[in-house]
Amino acid sequence: MCATCGCDTGATITMHEHSHQHDHSDHHLHEHSHKKVVDVEQDILHGNNLLAERNRGYFDAKNILALNLVSSPGSGKTSLLEKTLTDLKGQLNFAVIEGDQQTTNDADRIHATGTKVVQINTGKGCHLDAHMVLHAVQGMKPVQDSVLFIENVGNLVCPAMFDLGEKERVVIISVTEGDDKPLKYPDMFHSSTLCIINKTDLLPYVPFDIEKVKANAKKINPALEIIELSCTSGEGLTTWYNWLKLKAAAAMPA
Amino acid sequence: MHELSIVMSIVDIALEQAAKKDAAVIDEIELDIGCLSTIEMNAFEFAWKQGVKRTILERAVKKVNRIKGKGNCSDCDHTFELENLYDACPFCGGYLIGITAGKELRVKSLVVS
Repeated sequence: MCATCGCDTGATITMHEHSHQHDHSDHHLHEHSHKKVVDVEQDILHGNNLLAERNRGYFDAKNILALNLVSSPGSGKTSLLEKTLTDLKGQLNFAVIEGDQQTTNDADRIHATGTKVVQINTGKGCHLDAHMVLHAVQGMKPVQDSVLFIENVGNLVCPAMFDLGEKERVVIISVTEGDDKPLKYPDMFHSSTLCIINKTDLLPYVPFDIEKVKANAKKINPALEIIELSCTSGEGLTTWYNWLKLKAAAAMPA
Repeated sequence: MHELSIVMSIVDIALEQAAKKDAAVIDEIELDIGCLSTIEMNAFEFAWKQGVKRTILERAVKKVNRIKGKGNCSDCDHTFELENLYDACPFCGGYLIGITAGKELRVKSLVVS
């Protein structure tokens, strides 16, 4: 590449290696086309990923276990949170960031449990990103040694791409959905570490093959942990609480 | 429609790079978009038209390199083309697969003037 004007014609490369006698005529050519090639080689998600790492560093420094909860709308994310925050009150410190396009309905439900909560309304946006989480965290100032739930916008597609700085990504699916959902939305199951199968009390009434959904999820992500539970009957909640306590203990060294 | 967020990130990167070179116009932009990167190209094209409006990218020729998915099987160590995240290893049938290509989302280069 020509060091004078940056143009990328083959002729200019050789030009600089020997004499400068033909400088003049060549540069007349350059003046007609001021095109420069810029090698960028930059990850498109670089900006988000930098902010996500900044969030992650903040969480690590304060021993905060940050969990990103993702699912389709209606899988029971908020109900699971309400139940968890109520049942484990006094055992763990919690804070919640709620992500929805509109309304503060979910934040109101979390607030009713006595937990610190911030609502992010994305407007037309279909996912949370690290920048939104950064500002939410700045506003709420979660305490040291706590668990921060980030309830993402109900959407199994877009949130998969955006790292928020979380320690674990938890994907929730309910038995009223199709058992082929992991295959239809593989990215979310690929990027998650835990899969919760919710509403298991409804299994007798729906044509949902729980073994099939587990097999499908494991095809995409063999390392994925799976917990089956029901917020209504309480079945399986202890397993979820034990998982949470184990992860919290790891994030908060004595 | 996360494609719009992706387009806006591309616009930000391109404008920043063009500003560094004191460029008035971006003539060409080359992107790497892997086939396993969850970008729906129809949605991307739609978002692109909206995202570049009234920017110096508006008339840029866009070249997109679609990079095919590749996986490496942790069980038998074969490398193969991977079309879907749920595909099994065609050699041993295993699912413990590391993705080695296809997740790219990159602004590769620009031509500015």
